[in-house]
Amino acid sequence: MDGIHDMGGMHGFGKVVPEKDEPVFHAPWEGRCLALNRAMGAIGAWSIDEGRAGIEALPPDVYLESSYYKKWALRLENMVIARGLAGADEIAAGHALRSGNRLNRKLQIADVPRTLSRGSFGRTSQSAPRFKIGDRVRTKNIHPPTHTRLPRYARGRVGVIEANRGCHVFPDSTAVRAGENPQWLYTVLFEGPELWGEECDPTLKVSIEAFEPYLDPAS
Amino acid sequence: MADDNDHSDHPAHASELSEMQLRVRALETVLAEKGYVDPAALDAMIEAYETRIGPHTGAAVVAKAWADPAFKQALLADATEAVQSLGLISRVGDHLIAVENTPTTHNMIVCTLCSCYPWEVLGLPPVWYKSAPYRSRAVNDPRGVLADFGVSLPRDAQIRVWDSTAETRFIVLPMRPPGTEGWSDERLAALVTRDCMIGTGLPKSPRDAA
Repeated sequence: MDGIHDMGGMHGFGKVVPEKDEPVFHAPWEGRCLALNRAMGAIGAWSIDEGRAGIEALPPDVYLESSYYKKWALRLENMVIARGLAGADEIAAGHALRSGNRLNRKLQIADVPRTLSRGSFGRTSQSAPRFKIGDRVRTKNIHPPTHTRLPRYARGRVGVIEANRGCHVFPDSTAVRAGENPQWLYTVLFEGPELWGEECDPTLKVSIEAFEPYLDPAS
Repeated sequence: MADDNDHSDHPAHASELSEMQLRVRALETVLAEKGYVDPAALDAMIEAYETRIGPHTGAAVVAKAWADPAFKQALLADATEAVQSLGLISRVGDHLIAVENTPTTHNMIVCTLCSCYPWEVLGLPPVWYKSAPYRSRAVNDPRGVLADFGVSLPRDAQIRVWDSTAETRFIVLPMRPPGTEGWSDERLAALVTRDCMIGTGLPKSPRDAA
């Protein structure tokens, strides 16, 4: 999706402003919001990429105006409603008006250690990798309206395969509930000027983690 | 000038704060009453992020790599395995990758699309890492970003930016500061800042740590 979330290379957002002695959470609701989102993910309400797509689906003005955890809260509201897990009327009322009936699991204390580790996304390969280290590749010029992990600034660009990271769940597929469809994942390295033109700092190199379907051979 | 910048992650207005408190409380109440979540489990998660999971883990890993060449080699070969072997955390997520700074190459980590970050070794990302200014500029103006952090690199140093666009996660192995020969792992770890493991900072000098 060519959305506001795809920020690499945009101008106009100003300086980076680090906060001295930043707390883990700036208000108690941020921690509750993080934990609620993690809990719903952990019981399989949606995959990590469906969740990312849920953030990207926020209107651009809302995305830019909302703090990080506010985006998470809005995503959570939208997704529980869209999945039929709770009604907008219940969220407005602040109480369940009907029993929950779609999930048979509940995240309990015993499950917490598992939720603190990242999921496992490596999968057994179904085919040999198409590219090897050192191969020149051109990223595809794609603009899917759905979730993708190929950023705009790196589309249609020539880079070099630097590493093969194994076969991984394909986010473009899981985000639309079309199955894991595992694909080879590569680190692809670009020279700065290939991405940003001749004015670019010549000492800059940028890599992305690119799934095989994003890539074509380049001569 | 700072007031002109992106403060969207610092809710300045009490109204937003109370609005979000109410909204999230409503969500939690509904999801708990529906039987999807147990509030006590949420408490345990929050407690873990506030007290146990943080950049002290990454700092211990870096210090060990500085002090132990065999560990450093293992870390650069397979950071998931190497960090797991230290027993600092119960389970290291798959595909953790350590990238080494050298006198000629400086590494910086970003997630331009969202907020991917090595939570297990660095904790939750700071607000600036998730902000529009960092995500937009890290990939085309990393020297400008470094200047925002008060860091300047030699003009001819190569800058390598890693955009975390998949489930691989990166941690920078900074250069060991000179003047730390013979230091214990604990003393070394005190020099390792969170930002130097993201690539927006450098380790403290031995003088600063004294």
